[in-house]
Amino acid sequence: MSAEDRPILELRDVVKRYSVSRGLFASKRTLMAVGGVSLSVRRRQVLGLVGESGCGKSTLAKMVLGLETPSEGEVLIDGRPIASLGRLERARLVQPVFQDPYSSLNPRKTVASIIGLPLSVHGEGSSAERRGRVEEMLRLVGLAPRHAAAYPSQLSGGQRQRVAIARALILRPQLLICDEPTSALDVSVQAQILNLLMDLQSRLGLTCLFISHNLAVVQMLATRVAVMYLGRVVEEGPTAEVMLHAQHPYSLGLLASVLTPDPRLGLPETGLGSVFPDPLSPPPGCAFHPRCPLAFDRCRVESPLLLAHRDGARAACHAAERHAMVAA
Amino acid sequence: MSTPVLDVRHLAVHIPVADGVLHAVRDVSLTVAPGQTLCVVGESGCGKSLTSLAVMGLLPASARRTAERMDFAGEDLLKMTPPRLRELRGNRMAMIFQEPMTSLNPAWSIGDQLTEPFLRHGKGGRRQATDRAVQLLERVGIAAAGRRLGQYPHELSGGLRQRVMIAMALMCGPDLILADEPTTALDVTIQAEILHLLAELQREMGMGLLLVTHDLGIVARVAHRVAVMYAGEVVESGPTVAVFDNPRHPYTRGLIDCIPIPARSRPGVPLGTIPGLVPNLVGGMEGCAFRERCAFATGPCARAIPIVHGDDGHTWRCVLLERAPSLLEKST
Repeated sequence: MSAEDRPILELRDVVKRYSVSRGLFASKRTLMAVGGVSLSVRRRQVLGLVGESGCGKSTLAKMVLGLETPSEGEVLIDGRPIASLGRLERARLVQPVFQDPYSSLNPRKTVASIIGLPLSVHGEGSSAERRGRVEEMLRLVGLAPRHAAAYPSQLSGGQRQRVAIARALILRPQLLICDEPTSALDVSVQAQILNLLMDLQSRLGLTCLFISHNLAVVQMLATRVAVMYLGRVVEEGPTAEVMLHAQHPYSLGLLASVLTPDPRLGLPETGLGSVFPDPLSPPPGCAFHPRCPLAFDRCRVESPLLLAHRDGARAACHAAERHAMVAA
Repeated sequence: MSTPVLDVRHLAVHIPVADGVLHAVRDVSLTVAPGQTLCVVGESGCGKSLTSLAVMGLLPASARRTAERMDFAGEDLLKMTPPRLRELRGNRMAMIFQEPMTSLNPAWSIGDQLTEPFLRHGKGGRRQATDRAVQLLERVGIAAAGRRLGQYPHELSGGLRQRVMIAMALMCGPDLILADEPTTALDVTIQAEILHLLAELQREMGMGLLLVTHDLGIVARVAHRVAVMYAGEVVESGPTVAVFDNPRHPYTRGLIDCIPIPARSRPGVPLGTIPGLVPNLVGGMEGCAFRERCAFATGPCARAIPIVHGDDGHTWRCVLLERAPSLLEKST
């Protein structure tokens, strides 16, 4: 495999378990936050990761950043196991942009020192060169040179998120992890940040793992989309394929719950109900079956496998499988 | 026509700050009919939350509120004595706050928090209060409601806490609910469920609902009428379909264009945005507050903008004679 084809990020059967205490004398229980996920992201591609709170998408991001160690399986960055990398080396390869720009920036530092910090930590360039690169980064993310001396409290939410993006990109990492980068922002500011990320992606050829609970947001950037439910990937494929021909009822529910500005549509019937299962005692069989409008007997006992269906897309659903067999 | 449950005319809220007076809400008029939903929409800092707090009489102590009229079901809120206002609040008018994580008292059980307004307003005894709490928790889709009463907020997820907030607002069967971004902190799936629930309860109980949000996607799906706020002013208002089909203010158009739509917005094709920043509302303000950010601004925009009245009570504050053009359509 040439270096160009090799995935920048590869997850091989990654499992993360937490031991959860139920009280002083009760025995501990195991919470499976991520239950065997295999995914890969190629150079210049954006993988969108979608799912509700508690589905394990942020735990996955933490493992990719090296902030958590997988209980089983492997995370490879540019072909090298993340466990074998030192802290500085890892930081050069992977950088995060977090959800809340109000708490992820140091309020006592100026914008220039926040953006330039990774350079000084890694001892890159003279202070004049560092200053030059910070200025270049500011321009790249659409901030004015005067913002360099500002403190985060003097900036709007959208401007803060631009600072966070500049800080993440200044080391030119191989992989950018965006964990809900727009969900704390107004819809109008979200559009600006999404446009900025799209622009940076095409100009710098970013490789990115983009996490969100909103499929409509993910599709703006993602080349491929993976839908997670209760620690597992239930559907994965090229973005257009998932948006237009989703197989899994959960993906369809997520799509239906996006509120588009059409006053004639009324509120969507997602068919999902609202009972999110207890991750400490996941339902047997397909974990989604208690909320699934298509569930039948097999779903209650047998966990479905992630099977290829069409155009490089995969889904883990007995009903979709049965449907495909009937159609064939 | 029946008496509106809320009738606000020319409301203004001024807040003295270090470098002058902040004109946070300027000349806002709203009405909510019984059983109807009015959505107030705008970006952070446009004064939409302060408007709802002004109605509830919950403004910060330094803020000054003036209005030509502010009636709740025919009663004048401006001249109301504090005891009378306390009788109404939590009873006939209730509020659902944005942050279910911080607006519940962590030291009180769910049951105590739910029954408090019921008992406080003398709606019945403890037994009746508990029965109603259980009934409402079930109504808002919380399983094992009886067991939940003994739980504390930290034991519940965000979606469940927001449901508890809704149940709490409903305890006394209010005529008017003010909901400030009730679903912003939630997942899209839970958001759809909560909005369904509010719409259904509204139909059942005939409540008026004033819903404050920044998301026009929500507005399109739940509102009967919409008021778009910018820089403390209502720049456009009217029946939902009219405003979405025929937005007359460029700001409304901009807000509609920046929403990503599944399978229609394409990767690589930028979303519409509104360039620039919200103006500083400290000190005097003349002309259209949006003109600095507007692609269609001309000379008259710097002078006072009259309110234009269209059909069906569709009104706007803009000098443009045509429907507000989409910048997206223009560029493609």
